[in-house]
Amino acid sequence: MAEQDNPQKSQERIGVYVCHCGSNIAGTVDVEEVHRWAAERLEQDGVVVARDYKFMCSSLGQELIERDIKNEGLTRVVVAACSPHLHEATFREATKQGGLNPYLCELVSIREQVSWVHSDKQKATEKAKAVVAGGVRRVIHNVPLEPMRVPIHPDVLIVGGGVTGIQAALELANGGKHVYLVERDSTIGGHMAQLDKTFPTLDCSACILTPRMVSAGNHRNITLLTWSEVTDVSGYVGNFTVTIRKKARYINTNLCTGCGVCSEKCPKKVIDDNFEAGLGYRKAVYTSFPQAVPKYPVIDVENCTYFLKGTCKACERFCPPGAIDFTQKDEFITVPVGNIILATGYQTFDPRRIPQYGYGRLANVFTSMEFERLSNSAGPTGGKVVLRDGKTTPRAVGIIHCVGSRDRKYNNYCSAICCMQSLKFAHIVKERTGADVYEFYIDMRTPGKSYDEFYQRNLEEGVLFVRGRVAEVTDAARLPGEEGKLIIQAEDTLIGKQRRIPVDMVILSTALEPRSDYEEVGKLFGISCSTDGWFIERHVKLDPVATMTEGVFIAGCAVGPKDVPASVSQGSAVAARVFQYIQQGEIALEPYRATIDQEKCSGCRICNDMCPFRAILFHEDLMVSEVNPALCQGCGTCVAACPAGAIAGSGFSDEQILAQIEGLMLIDQEQAQPVEAGL
Amino acid sequence: MNDALQPEEVQTKLNFLEEVMQATPGDSRLEMCIQCGTCGGSCPSSPDMDHTPRTIFAMIRADMREAVLRSNTAWFCISCYYCTVRCPQEVHITDLMYTLKSMAVRQGFTQPNTPWSDWSLTFNEYVYNYGRAFEFGLATRQGLRHTSLLKYPGLAQLGMGMLTKGRMNLTPRRIEGLEGLQKILNRADEIEGESQ
Amino acid sequence: MKKYLFFPGCSLERNARSYYDSIMAIRDDLDIEFEEIQDYNCCGATEYTSIHRLGSFALLGRNLALAEKQSNGTHTMTVPCSACYLNLSKTEHYLRTDAHLAGQVNQALEAGGLHYNPGMLDIRHILDIIFNDVGIDVIKSKVVHPLTGLRVASYYGCMIIRPDYENRFPDPEYPDLLEKLMSALGAEVIDYPLRAHCCSGHMPSISAPVAYELIRRLIHTADEYKADVLVTLCPMCQLNLDAYQPDMNRHFNTNYHVPILYFTQLMGLAFGKTAKELGIGKEFIDARPALSRIGIEVPPAEPAPEVRHPRKKEEGLPMPKMPAKNMSASSQGGKDEVK
Repeated sequence: MAEQDNPQKSQERIGVYVCHCGSNIAGTVDVEEVHRWAAERLEQDGVVVARDYKFMCSSLGQELIERDIKNEGLTRVVVAACSPHLHEATFREATKQGGLNPYLCELVSIREQVSWVHSDKQKATEKAKAVVAGGVRRVIHNVPLEPMRVPIHPDVLIVGGGVTGIQAALELANGGKHVYLVERDSTIGGHMAQLDKTFPTLDCSACILTPRMVSAGNHRNITLLTWSEVTDVSGYVGNFTVTIRKKARYINTNLCTGCGVCSEKCPKKVIDDNFEAGLGYRKAVYTSFPQAVPKYPVIDVENCTYFLKGTCKACERFCPPGAIDFTQKDEFITVPVGNIILATGYQTFDPRRIPQYGYGRLANVFTSMEFERLSNSAGPTGGKVVLRDGKTTPRAVGIIHCVGSRDRKYNNYCSAICCMQSLKFAHIVKERTGADVYEFYIDMRTPGKSYDEFYQRNLEEGVLFVRGRVAEVTDAARLPGEEGKLIIQAEDTLIGKQRRIPVDMVILSTALEPRSDYEEVGKLFGISCSTDGWFIERHVKLDPVATMTEGVFIAGCAVGPKDVPASVSQGSAVAARVFQYIQQGEIALEPYRATIDQEKCSGCRICNDMCPFRAILFHEDLMVSEVNPALCQGCGTCVAACPAGAIAGSGFSDEQILAQIEGLMLIDQEQAQPVEAGL
Repeated sequence: MNDALQPEEVQTKLNFLEEVMQATPGDSRLEMCIQCGTCGGSCPSSPDMDHTPRTIFAMIRADMREAVLRSNTAWFCISCYYCTVRCPQEVHITDLMYTLKSMAVRQGFTQPNTPWSDWSLTFNEYVYNYGRAFEFGLATRQGLRHTSLLKYPGLAQLGMGMLTKGRMNLTPRRIEGLEGLQKILNRADEIEGESQ
Repeated sequence: MKKYLFFPGCSLERNARSYYDSIMAIRDDLDIEFEEIQDYNCCGATEYTSIHRLGSFALLGRNLALAEKQSNGTHTMTVPCSACYLNLSKTEHYLRTDAHLAGQVNQALEAGGLHYNPGMLDIRHILDIIFNDVGIDVIKSKVVHPLTGLRVASYYGCMIIRPDYENRFPDPEYPDLLEKLMSALGAEVIDYPLRAHCCSGHMPSISAPVAYELIRRLIHTADEYKADVLVTLCPMCQLNLDAYQPDMNRHFNTNYHVPILYFTQLMGLAFGKTAKELGIGKEFIDARPALSRIGIEVPPAEPAPEVRHPRKKEEGLPMPKMPAKNMSASSQGGKDEVK
């Protein structure tokens, strides 16, 4: 049975501030009653001042706290207002201004947890009192804490060399900071390098991207590591240690001039599933495209005749500077960095999962990426829009929106760019072939600058729009005029009739999806992913490029589908965020963290793997675990998990929690009634 | 949407959309329809319906009870379920069509002597009276009532073919537990009537 | 010896008697024993549920209750007719997932002295049993007369693979179970694009022109692909495509002649059974000319028929690779499907 009163009056001098928050709190909770009750009933606990105020978070409200600390000699502060997520920092700051350690202030929520979830005024007021009592009882056990200051290493790691990664790299490098730009592929450029034109301006994608790629490749502040992957990350914000595996190119980059003779002479031709989206070919030794950065080719071990059978070596024979090196091995390097940016981009939906659209079964059904390569002047057909036979120009083309998007069976979300991309395709087809073009859509999503005007341009150019999600694409002719064609069957919902439209070519605007290894990558860098697989930002609206893990940032399509302007903006944004840290030189970390009492620790290591932030290390020699205070985010998982109870949380000690529980139960124990949480 | 509301719980009269959803087993998800048109695009009978399935759902939302229940849409549904498996919002379209059919009959919107409802009603009569389907009786009654005289020769030829190849009974088959079945079906109708 | 409960359905008694006969003829080869449900009633097809909502569940509930009573250790009920299969499995699914409905249905069943406990039965189509439980290897081993040279178009119809609430079949659009089965029998398999399109169900009696068109396109495409025979697994599909084929021909002034057989009949032929015991001969479109090609002797080599839609291109742009047929909506690695 918990004590109802402290036997002797508490030594602390506590100030209680009950906020009205306009009518948000005061509309349901009788705030005057609460502060009166606190002054009277909790006097024993040390409450010497209790006030109510309209908006505690205002400057005047904060000044109340500051003044009372100075004039009344307060040693603790309890504010009953909104959720700590919003204003804990505000009131801590006010407490600090008053001359008290900021961690001696507690913010208890009587808004999100009381006034916003209950409607019975009387019961809500009683609950608010209980919440305040809990806060008061807890704060007695608070101890002054100091935030930890850690230095920030000035170097930055950027994972992903697409347009977002390149943008972030250039922003940082131009600002004088050193950047490691790690890219899994043999060249930077990402998906944007595969595109032909970009909407709505119809700029040639390579023309606007390659100058940036060249800058990034040549910049003295950027260490470009292509054909490389991050294999290990340890440490904490400002002090990460990253291991990078530089896969063997089998090319000596000190000697290679990028002349391309090796690719020319290589006898082994394979389908390029990557850059050419399976529509074109490359050799076993290759660069993805002529403007690749860096210019050095790589040898594809799985297809190279030398690696498969031990013969050939044509490239080695013909290479003028003798740069081919079959003995090359993967190299591992370990570097210190202060901040990490993930800009790993997206992958495209596989439309073989929707059999009724015929991709893979019907020759002339193409994906959006295949069409990009088809229409690209550096692509497999030199930019000629032709059918799968490589020669016939289509006379009618159907473009299908929402393939794999907005569908509960595949991806529930909208992929943001496909409407504009489809309009772009329509324009290209019209321009180059004069064919009849049909666009099949559910909605037209053209929100950006000049986007809707681009839609109107399509209308001017005579593109035909059918509002109806395509039911199926078939080659089974039913009526005269359908023989030898692909028939798109859909309901034209604007006239309410089913239509069968014969075309020669079908383009599927496929969804953007997270990279298939999002889970492993998330674990590697200690960040979370949504159920769809996109990385989660710290706050969707107000902090879109940071994560909940200090020092790890995300940008671009890795966060969610977006167009190039948005990706580039995020690239600049994330660079600015990182700059903040680097310029300050050090960072203050929240002092809420766990500590392990090594006397009690039995070395069972249950906590090691449980820690979502990989913050616990194990000392083999002493057979005990230790929490790295800089990495620890104070989530409390290890505290709960430890079977020996050896882990305590500063800022959430057992004493604090038990005291708060006692405070919460105070009123109902007095009234000997069960607490009713109901309305 | 699994549990039917008790009469005393219904504070306001349900609108037509809610009524249709409630009368359909399981969670039909009709409220999630984004009017994309995949159902109308997939439906093999859609070209012959008054309104495509999608249009019917829009009309249901617009509370157009009479127009919906008088249309031939639900009756032309052949239960191929293409719509159901392709719907991006996983609406149970075919099950909703069954609901509309039974509503049309119960609420008196289906004219007597309409070929499609007569087919179901006659089929059901044989099931009730014998426990099994009886194709010969069914085809004959439907044929006599709803087929033009010109088509009789063709129909008769089909009928003769079925008989000579031994693929049709001339008399209905009756199950032994018919009495029990009838009690069950009567009780089911009673319960359904009570919950409306 | 695998034992299954067996629900024949109204059609297997007369209209689809050959389906019944052929199943019974091959069951020994497949090492299967069937226990027929005694005194079953009609499943209601697509008609009973159009008028009586709860009544239709009760109608089917009676069958489920009878089957449960007879089950005696075996819980799987095999259903050869796709409509019966859909109705029974859908009812089972709804009774299991909607407790309120189950309560109402059992209330009705009580009036007839019956009761059904949802979840007690596993309802499966006979193709599912043959393909998954018996397996292709066993079937191959029983073939004594391979159907070499017979061009077979496999037709599924709708109700077996859609809506598939219990996820028995991986692909609701282009399944390949029958294709693999026919291939194991030695037949030449056609990549029939309309394999899962509707046969028109009850439309021949509701609106004949609509039905004829749906039937025509199926027959037309089969003919286009030079199919010798079209195999099916549903009595309704067989009836529509076979018995109404002459009417359809008359309506469109065409002259198609595509015989329609049950897949179990072809299995029986491959296993060495006689045409008579498999019920062959009751079709409106005579299958004998096509079958005589694979009669006693292996037919002489014929020049390969002109294929209308070549799928493999020697030149031009490469086609995407198609994986083994296991792709379903939820096959993306690493993601959970939220249904």
